[in-house]
Amino acid sequence: MNTTDSFDVIILGGGITGAGTQRDCAMRGLRTLLIERSDIATGATGRNHGLLHSGARYAVNDAESAAECIRENLILKQIASHCIEETSGLFITLPEDDLAYQKTFVDACRQSGIDAEVIDPDLARRLEPSVNPELIGAVRVPDGSVDPFRLSAANMLDAKLHGGQVRLHTEVTGFIRTADAVTGVHTVNRQTGEKRDFHAPVIVNACGIWGHHMAGLAGVNVGMFPAKGALLIFAHRVNNLVINRCRKPSNADILVPGDTVCIIGTTSTRIPFEECDDVAVTPEEVDLLITEGAKLAPSLSSTRILRAYAGVRPLVSADDDPSGRNISRGIVCLDHEQRDGLKGFVTITGGKLMTYRLMAEMATDTVCRKLGVTRACETATTPLPGSEERSYEAVARKIWEAPSTAQKAAAARLGTNAERIRNGRRQDAALVCECEEVSVGEVNNAIERMEVSTLTDLRRRTRIGMGTCQGEFCACRAAGLLARSHGCIERERADLRDFLQERWKGNFPIGWDDTLREAEYTQWIYKHVLGL
Amino acid sequence: MRFDTVIIGGGLAGLTAGISLQQAGKSCAIVSTGQNALHFFSGTFESLEEAPDRMAALFEEAGIRLHYRKGVRLMPMGSFKPAALALEDVEIFPDPHFSRKALIVSIEGYQDFFSAFLAEGLEQQGTQCRIHLLDLPEMEPLMQSPSEMRSVQIARTMDRVWEKAVREIRLVLKDEDTVILPQVFGLQDTAVPDRIRESLPAHVVFVGTLPPSVPGIRTQQLLKRRYEALGGTYLSGDEVLQAHVHEGTVHSVVTRNLGNHYLEAEHFLLASGSYFSKGLKSNPFRVYEPIFGLDVRQADERSAWYDPDFMADQPYMLYGVETDEALRPRAEGLPFQNLYAIGSILGGTRPEFGTGAGLAVRSAFAAVDRILNAKTESE
Repeated sequence: MNTTDSFDVIILGGGITGAGTQRDCAMRGLRTLLIERSDIATGATGRNHGLLHSGARYAVNDAESAAECIRENLILKQIASHCIEETSGLFITLPEDDLAYQKTFVDACRQSGIDAEVIDPDLARRLEPSVNPELIGAVRVPDGSVDPFRLSAANMLDAKLHGGQVRLHTEVTGFIRTADAVTGVHTVNRQTGEKRDFHAPVIVNACGIWGHHMAGLAGVNVGMFPAKGALLIFAHRVNNLVINRCRKPSNADILVPGDTVCIIGTTSTRIPFEECDDVAVTPEEVDLLITEGAKLAPSLSSTRILRAYAGVRPLVSADDDPSGRNISRGIVCLDHEQRDGLKGFVTITGGKLMTYRLMAEMATDTVCRKLGVTRACETATTPLPGSEERSYEAVARKIWEAPSTAQKAAAARLGTNAERIRNGRRQDAALVCECEEVSVGEVNNAIERMEVSTLTDLRRRTRIGMGTCQGEFCACRAAGLLARSHGCIERERADLRDFLQERWKGNFPIGWDDTLREAEYTQWIYKHVLGL
Repeated sequence: MRFDTVIIGGGLAGLTAGISLQQAGKSCAIVSTGQNALHFFSGTFESLEEAPDRMAALFEEAGIRLHYRKGVRLMPMGSFKPAALALEDVEIFPDPHFSRKALIVSIEGYQDFFSAFLAEGLEQQGTQCRIHLLDLPEMEPLMQSPSEMRSVQIARTMDRVWEKAVREIRLVLKDEDTVILPQVFGLQDTAVPDRIRESLPAHVVFVGTLPPSVPGIRTQQLLKRRYEALGGTYLSGDEVLQAHVHEGTVHSVVTRNLGNHYLEAEHFLLASGSYFSKGLKSNPFRVYEPIFGLDVRQADERSAWYDPDFMADQPYMLYGVETDEALRPRAEGLPFQNLYAIGSILGGTRPEFGTGAGLAVRSAFAAVDRILNAKTESE
């Protein structure tokens, strides 16, 4: 690793906004450093539906967001194809909903440039057999799904290919500043305890809800409102199209298919800042999500739930509205030199996973203006690494003569980057994770090339432990491989315990039926059989 | 079809009861779904300090040797845990300093034996460790398939080629006083672990792997063989769907495979296990027993079922069917006359029987005694 501690720009936050901003800055020739307190995509980035919005959801109430969404939707389909599934989506009207809303909705969509097509309920039932058969209206829109982990990793990888540096598990403890400017950060590595300073004329705060705290450290105020959203992951892919309710946005009215699972959400509850680091899903939220979810697809009520989780939306109150009444879900890019007289500090927040690229472009434009760099943004037209080919089947066939199902799965996860997976040794093809078909070679590839230091990091990059067994068997196998790479068994034992604890946190809110059965079995294995 | 006793569940509790009853001249039928907790048996009987004589005898007659010694055992991830009574495969040491220098042997490409973790755990005890990976061409067919390098498949191959493995170990063994091997030997041929011990000039210790457990499966097979040799009927891969009960007396049960050929009996034993074996099931509202609808002791509020700490003793694991002194459960408060609950379906409701394998064996004997006495009384 390069040992310099001076950069053109430091980006704080390893969510999709930070990763996207680093990529954009690096592509414009800047020397970049990204600092993340934990791992990539650990905040709201990895804790949402993974919905590739068409913008339809915002069309009626927020035309600007809707227009942003559909523009970015079309761009991501071009530049991030290996992270995206073009499923298309339905907005359904149920007998208890007002069918008149459908017309308002379709008109608004069209005004924002969203291709919304009213279809016959019969056709909707044929297109999506899992949909509530009692629907009385349906509109088809270009919704899809996006894998936020893959998308973040691909952005970060491209930033690195353009010379960017990344420091994960590194926490900013304070800013280095002059009277009217920030010029660097003090950091501490949370794994090694190493303290280190880094310097840059511009620092971008892309910390999501934690941006409030970060701005405070820099001495400025960004008024934010932490809004918790709870979601449930189901063990099967019940639906193939995104299913939304055609009504004013409300609780649990989006069901998104993704990989082998589907996700229902969400709720919205304001929580105190102190709870942002450890959000819990309540039994009431679980019950509400199941009841409302079953209205979209009735079979959800009898489908096994894999996990409950929650994210915190980084909502921002307008500057002239300290009371928080006027909360926007739009993008907020603050140049603190103009706003607060603090040079070298930029906050990029608000927005959505869906509009991360646009947010990154806005932040990078601000950075470049400050640095006098004139190079234009190219992220809307340059594919992310891994997305050079459109079909994962084609990718797999290019790399392997006769790809196995595990190799096809790897190609779907990594795109063209799958060619880096070593498969020379006999044992490389052996499966570590049988639910998600992840091989020894793919795990080693992630460990060697994708900044993995814990099992939970590995899960975000390979889907290990995300399948129906929730890590029961694969966790200890992967721990063996990780231990071999870093050489510290004691650390790996602790890591394995953390991984199981993290799984349990998402399991016990939905702890009944097969989930309880697996939990009992997993505890038995690790505690009594293996003696962890 | 009529038997003296029908036993629901073919794990340790069901087989122990079945063997005892057959020995007492009763005819039994065991209905087993196929998999049970013995398939991930750790090899030690946690809550038993010492084997009751009748247990030791029952196991001995089935060809399973137990040994008793208070001390510690080496766990697969390198820690040591107290143990007293164990299958002969599982070594119990007086203390963790049992070796000066150990050779840990695993198999090339086998991910389910944690040699590096073992080495670290032993080195903390002052044992110098070296790891050797066996590279046997006979494993090649297993390695070709991405999901075949698992304990049972390896054990099947090892039953054929263990002598070759031993020869290779002899060649690489230097001055180590101990050889540590994964428990993948003697799945079919129970003499193999002993013969390996005899063939190596060092102390041989077998350590567990990720389940399925080879000694556990072997134990299950030997107990089942003994039970069948005594004339017991074992219906494998079948499942009890429903019971015919009249005024607290079970008359017969219906199974998936036998359809309207009901299984009738004088007595019924419920040894269907806990959540894993589906003896207990749960939904968002309650934990329940699916065949008889028995009363299950539990907390009403779902949030009280769990401890947020994964490794803690979880409250839900203590839930189980309520029974009277004679191990007879109740449904809606009303007791059964001829139904007995044994093994882990009792959860923590009968702490005097212990937990795990100890609970299975002790409650099985208690219920068997009740059944035999009940018979005498009525005669």
